[in-house]
Amino acid sequence: MSARADIIGDVRRALAGAPPAPVIERNYLAPSTASTGEVIERFIERVADYQAVVERCDANEVAKRIARAIPQEGAVVVPAGLSWQVPGAVEDTGLSARELDAVHAVVTAATAGIAETGTILLQHGEAEGRRALSLVPDLHVCVIREDQIFAGVPEVMSQLDPRRPTTWISGPSATSDIELIRVEGVHGPRTLHVIVVGT
Amino acid sequence: MTGTFVGMPAFPAAARDALDNAQLRANLDHATSTIRAKRAAVVGELEQWEALRIAGAAIKDDVLLRLDDHLLTLESALQDAGAVVHWARDAAEACRIVAEVARAHEADEVVKVKSMVTQEIGLNEALAAEGIAAWETDLAELIVQLGDDLPSHILVPAIHRNRSEVREIFLREMPDAPPGLTDDPARLAEAARMHLREKFLRAKVAVSGANFAVAETGTLVVVESEGNGRMCLTLPDVLVSVVGIEKVVPSWRDLEVFLQLLPRSSTGERMNPYTSTWSGVTAGDGPQEVHVVLLDNGRTRALADEIGRQALRCIRCSACLNACPVYERVGGHAYGSVYPGPIGAILNPLLRGVGSSDQVDSLPYASTLCGACYEVCPVLIDIPSVLVNLRAQVVDAHRSGLPKAEAVAMKTARATLSSSWRLALAERFTRIGLGAARRFGASAWTRSRDLPEAPQESFRKWWRRTGGRP
Repeated sequence: MSARADIIGDVRRALAGAPPAPVIERNYLAPSTASTGEVIERFIERVADYQAVVERCDANEVAKRIARAIPQEGAVVVPAGLSWQVPGAVEDTGLSARELDAVHAVVTAATAGIAETGTILLQHGEAEGRRALSLVPDLHVCVIREDQIFAGVPEVMSQLDPRRPTTWISGPSATSDIELIRVEGVHGPRTLHVIVVGT
Repeated sequence: MTGTFVGMPAFPAAARDALDNAQLRANLDHATSTIRAKRAAVVGELEQWEALRIAGAAIKDDVLLRLDDHLLTLESALQDAGAVVHWARDAAEACRIVAEVARAHEADEVVKVKSMVTQEIGLNEALAAEGIAAWETDLAELIVQLGDDLPSHILVPAIHRNRSEVREIFLREMPDAPPGLTDDPARLAEAARMHLREKFLRAKVAVSGANFAVAETGTLVVVESEGNGRMCLTLPDVLVSVVGIEKVVPSWRDLEVFLQLLPRSSTGERMNPYTSTWSGVTAGDGPQEVHVVLLDNGRTRALADEIGRQALRCIRCSACLNACPVYERVGGHAYGSVYPGPIGAILNPLLRGVGSSDQVDSLPYASTLCGACYEVCPVLIDIPSVLVNLRAQVVDAHRSGLPKAEAVAMKTARATLSSSWRLALAERFTRIGLGAARRFGASAWTRSRDLPEAPQESFRKWWRRTGGRP
């Protein structure tokens, strides 16, 4: 017998005489009463809580804010589909992990954001770049539009395509493994800089 | 402490040793009270917390009660997404599959994401026997691995080590540790970053577990903090994920429940820094060869236990450890398993089978039945009820011709307490009896309990003398 047949058979034997599966009540879905403005403000406050840098600007200021966020010296990489010009940046053409390791900063767009938890989500399309891009460099500048920010976790799920890889980012990488003392910056970008753009 | 749980003594003996370790108790007290406070604050923030717990428990019960259907759905969704699906009945089979994948790519090392299930199956040791080095990349797991030590907490495995111990381990075992390394946690984390960066960049094969596996879409989920998970899941060409069969959730939207329950229960954060989800292979992004090993290793045994099967709802948050007065005092090693604390006290007997060893059979007694674990469990596992049921199973498994001293004592007590003249007679001899017990030792009973002082006068005598007037 194959392991597969054995395991499925054991599952069925274990469940002989078991009660039917319960009905799943989703009473946690309380509609948000917050206004759009309140949602954006909560997002900004909660991203900042994670010791990330967060700022808000109008659409026509984005390029200027990006230029200020990236280091004066050191290489910067951007995904091919980024809508904003980043002076001096190289476009990602499939750089190796080692090449990315020599890059100091990356600028990407976001797919969505969650106010309740201060989370940004990347689905790694043209404007967000592949996964390694926003992981290996030490500074991640992420630009998110206000209309991409949702109140809570349930609201954002239907915006995502589960077949695409997704990265949920809540602040810079962190650890509390030594005496429960939080240290920001381990393997992922040690600095997360979020720019929230008005629409 | 050496790096194996095999041959650990039963809980009472192991607990006594742990209680003598003042440093351990201080570390544990600090850690558990800190996480408890953080958890309480972020749980209190969500009005719908109870509704989330109820939904989480119901989703997991649906998974368990239709596990065969969900597993077959998951298998075909994974295959559609380009993943290779393997099934493993036990630890040895799972380890063999991982080793074969590594060998097929001529890899003599793999990088690992922190994963309970790969510890459960002893993967690192099995790979080492095949000449393949497995590098733990989570900071706490690295501390445990370099120290040739054992994990003592599900979430913070090196909870029993303080900063100066960590510094000593790094200086001793890490050839590239910076010479002036201090015991500042930020410097220690930086040393780990430099030590592991090269391993991430050169590794061909990564091994992970999964927090959840979405049946409908074939999506695996890894929840983490440091970014070591993202490194392992993204940079190497080949990824093998070992997934317990109870990790399934039916649909994508079910993650909206668990991604709210898990971080708040676990680290006490609104959200953990990084969560990665992926479905098989994505062209041009991440690993181009993806394997998933679906593991039983005792889970179908646990599933067959009508009362115990709820333990398979567990999402490994470790809130029950932090809430448990027993865990807080003895720490994780005394449980002799990668799953310590209240959940370990039920999960180990359920996975391995009651009667499989004295160590396993001692675990259902490692509790005061105070119920704090049930109160904090995000998926409403009624741990006290399962413990009581398992105690009954342990007693049944050890029945033999001769009754045990405890059983004789209990029978005698029943006869005495159910007759007024027998009780009156017994009361006259209480002082003598307790004195004798103290002298000649009812030691199996008194080893972990105090014998009460006998009163000068029994209640009946006092009543007869005073008529109840003070």
